Amino acid sequence: MEQRALICIGCPMGCPITVTLDNGEILRVEGNSCKRGDTYARKEVTHPTRIVTSTVRLSNASAPVVSVKTAGDIPKEMIFPVMEALKAIRLSGPVRVGDIAAENICGTGVDVLVTKNVT
Amino acid sequence: MKGYDLIIIGGGPAGLSAAVAAWDAGVREILILERDQELGGILNQCIHNGFGLHTFQEELTGPEYAARFIDKVRERNIACLLDTMVLEVSPDRVVTAVNREQGVFQLRAGAVILAMGCRERPRGALNIPGHRPAGIYTAGTAQRLVNMDGWMPGKEVVILGSGDIGLIMARRMTLEGAHVRLVAELMSYSGGLKRNIVQCLEDYGIPLRLSHTVVDIHGKQRLTGVTIAQVDENNRPIPGTEEYHPCDTLLLSCGLLPENELSRAAGVTLSPATSGPVVDEALETNLEGIFACGNVLHVHDLVDYVTQESFEAGRRAAAYLQNRLPSRGRSVPVKAGEGVRYTVPSVVHPDRMDDSLTLRFRVSGVRQGAFLSVWLDGERILHQRKPVLAPAEMEQVRIRRSELEKRPDLSAITVCIEEV
Amino acid sequence: MYDILIIGAGVSGCAAARELSRLQASVCVVEAREDVCSGTSKANSGLAHAGFDAREGSLMARLNVEGSRIMESLSEELDFPYRRNGALVLCLSEEDRPGLETLLARGRANGVEGLEILSREQVLAREPHVNPGVTAALWAPSAAIICPFELNLALAENAAENGVVFRFNTRVTGFSPMEGYWQIQTDQGPLEAKCVVNAAGVYAAQLHNLVSQTKLHITPRRGDYYLLDKTAGSYVNSTIFQLPTKYGKGVLVTPTVHGNLLVGPTAIDIDDPEGTNTTREGLEEISRKVESTVTGIPFRETITSFAGLRAHEDGHEFIIQEVEDAPGFFDCAGIESPGLTAAPAIGRMVAGLIRDKLALEEKAHFQPRRKGITDPWALSPQERQALIAREPDYGQIICRCENVTAGQILEAIRRPLGARSLDGIKRRVRPGMGRCQGGFCSPKVMELLARELGIGLEQVNKCGPGSELVTGVTKEADYEGV
Repeated sequence: MEQRALICIGCPMGCPITVTLDNGEILRVEGNSCKRGDTYARKEVTHPTRIVTSTVRLSNASAPVVSVKTAGDIPKEMIFPVMEALKAIRLSGPVRVGDIAAENICGTGVDVLVTKNVT
Repeated sequence: MKGYDLIIIGGGPAGLSAAVAAWDAGVREILILERDQELGGILNQCIHNGFGLHTFQEELTGPEYAARFIDKVRERNIACLLDTMVLEVSPDRVVTAVNREQGVFQLRAGAVILAMGCRERPRGALNIPGHRPAGIYTAGTAQRLVNMDGWMPGKEVVILGSGDIGLIMARRMTLEGAHVRLVAELMSYSGGLKRNIVQCLEDYGIPLRLSHTVVDIHGKQRLTGVTIAQVDENNRPIPGTEEYHPCDTLLLSCGLLPENELSRAAGVTLSPATSGPVVDEALETNLEGIFACGNVLHVHDLVDYVTQESFEAGRRAAAYLQNRLPSRGRSVPVKAGEGVRYTVPSVVHPDRMDDSLTLRFRVSGVRQGAFLSVWLDGERILHQRKPVLAPAEMEQVRIRRSELEKRPDLSAITVCIEEV
Repeated sequence: MYDILIIGAGVSGCAAARELSRLQASVCVVEAREDVCSGTSKANSGLAHAGFDAREGSLMARLNVEGSRIMESLSEELDFPYRRNGALVLCLSEEDRPGLETLLARGRANGVEGLEILSREQVLAREPHVNPGVTAALWAPSAAIICPFELNLALAENAAENGVVFRFNTRVTGFSPMEGYWQIQTDQGPLEAKCVVNAAGVYAAQLHNLVSQTKLHITPRRGDYYLLDKTAGSYVNSTIFQLPTKYGKGVLVTPTVHGNLLVGPTAIDIDDPEGTNTTREGLEEISRKVESTVTGIPFRETITSFAGLRAHEDGHEFIIQEVEDAPGFFDCAGIESPGLTAAPAIGRMVAGLIRDKLALEEKAHFQPRRKGITDPWALSPQERQALIAREPDYGQIICRCENVTAGQILEAIRRPLGARSLDGIKRRVRPGMGRCQGGFCSPKVMELLARELGIGLEQVNKCGPGSELVTGVTKEADYEGV
């Protein structure tokens, strides 16, 4: 039996969660105050994921860069490969919130979306 | 002199939310004055996610959250002047501003909402001794350089202060290829949200050194290193604990200060605890028709609460303009009792309260398993156990008007933290 | 070959340059840093001392009083801020009273006008925040506050307008006496001049000792200061000193000409001529000592602390003379407090010595007046509207704390001897001097500098080469140029 103590990052409350595992199998999740916490805890002890937010270069626009995010969670170990891939992207203005900056980034199945309107 | 019903100073999340709420309450002649070249305020540089869970039930980035409110303001055709700096607000609500097109101009306002936000505590205010080389930035300045201007302030980074912006910038600099050596925090607890400790520091193996501070700054031209040391219970460095850390960048995330120079000059009473205006349940200052909301009032950690508060300010300013805001009547002070640093509002007028009122406050230290209590004079009307209370996280309680109406002789409302 | 080469673009060097520019002579100022006013002249108390402090009969006393008398008319001629706020020297115990009388007598002997001793009640009526234990004070109505940067800049700009050449980022490394002239080695190659003026501040002894057998010794004496926000600027009205007691010298408290409150300095002798680092001990010493002078200073309103160096010569006297065993080499050394006050008189004295040496004639068309950088807030509303209509940059606020406009910043860069660094702009027009210390405006000022100088942002620096503010762009790998 193994216990893992986590802080939920699902929202700013930051609930302290305890996950009890037995040979990698999750027996219990305790301490969360919502469903989001349960989901986070189960993922975190098996295959942790994160949203990545960053910027990409922008030309022909009023700003030199525009902010972007992954449309959903990507595996934690893919954070740096994704950051590397973002270096190669150059968008041309104007761009709008929700525009796709890159599809299926690094084969994660997740798109990278623009998060700001820039003219 | 040209006039508006409502002039809102600041086009960040507070000003935008207040404008939308005032418009929705029927005010049409609204003007937002914004000193930057675009609306959205500091959210534009907060490109990380985590905004809007309460307001939109989804997790947005700062610019996305701002864009939603900018869209709402545009849909309502609310007037905005960008690149316009307000120089003065008079107690009778004449607003003096300057911009490139109009020079210095004056506008008369039926009501004014102060929504100027806050600024970061700079190195000077922290009294960090040492040299004054290039490479020392407040975390927010670095955030703007990286996220909006696309420049790297440095490669080898030490961060002083574990406020949220500092934690967020630790991750951001790391993702952009810099090496963040450590985050030093003077207090024995972090000034940021727990989730940010996890996802910004722990994810990247960045050490958080609690009860440590920077005691010397090295380098005459560009920063070459800092000396950190452990501090004792009085926050004084302990001799012999000094450590030298070579770095070219020091980011400071040591607190935010509401920016109230305009308010002070106008004659608005400020609270020493919040550095923001003293307001009542209507978020009205001591000056009639001048309201305040957002970080200019007190520093928030969640933009969702800024929005809620600013909706309230907008709605109340609208009521004032429509002669629907009753006169103040009797007033009851709200006291920050044991373990509570301040409350907003700090005075309540029961005669013009809504059915209920949200009291926002911060605790003065980390407490586990303590009780949050509200006393109406000698009677405790709320006693609620809290697993964790921390200064970094704003707390709130709701008070019902009926409770106050029952007590015509009430002399004070006290919010406090109790062990049992 | 120049007629005169001045080493150091601090206030003494620039004052000498300006006085020499009245004469028919070619003058060059070489400065190791990137800008004028980058050493001792930039970090001091910003005072025009009345002149009761210096020893009777000393050069220091004479030049102090003369400088103090010239300063106001000079401020009109050269358009820099000056305010005569008067100074008080507090006496804190009856037993120190004779010391106060001595100071009064010395001041009168030095020629200081209007000195009088005030009673405790008179002092407290003027200055409610001084230590209530005060027993009496010396009142010096001719004492004033000035902006050290603007005085230095004004002298330099006016000198440049009258033909003086300035070379920055040029460090003098040695001298060779030639037949009737000097060859001056610098890290930018050799220069030649008939006369050399050594106005190198804390480095003056080092340079002097290269040419003379009679050695000079100058100690960098560090002074730490606190600068408080304008909200605290009227905590005192006049400049408040404390009569030295058996417990020490005390620190001064003064409003600045821009409306801040300045508290300091310490006096700590160090070895490093670049040692302008503050220390915890120094800063704590100020806040502790000042309580005996002015009580309850709102230190929470501190916006910055800084340290400056005084070039303290062992004899505590200004050394302004031709070096005996180095003809044509003139020292302008040991210029510590009251050096800022004395600067206009020092300039006259240096110029006089060299005029006699080289038998120089006056120029026919010397331009004595200099116009400062346009301050839209000093104009009448009508004038200001007209200015902004003509040049909208003066309607665009860049620094929110000090209300500095883009127009002022651009003017600071575009003027002769224009600013080349963030600190250079700060000294000229004050963005970043306010309570946020450049948090909001420095990226914008950096952009204006890059644009105006035609350089990349990564080359923009804080205070000369080596102090660049950013290290490169984000997303570097695949990004080619701006």
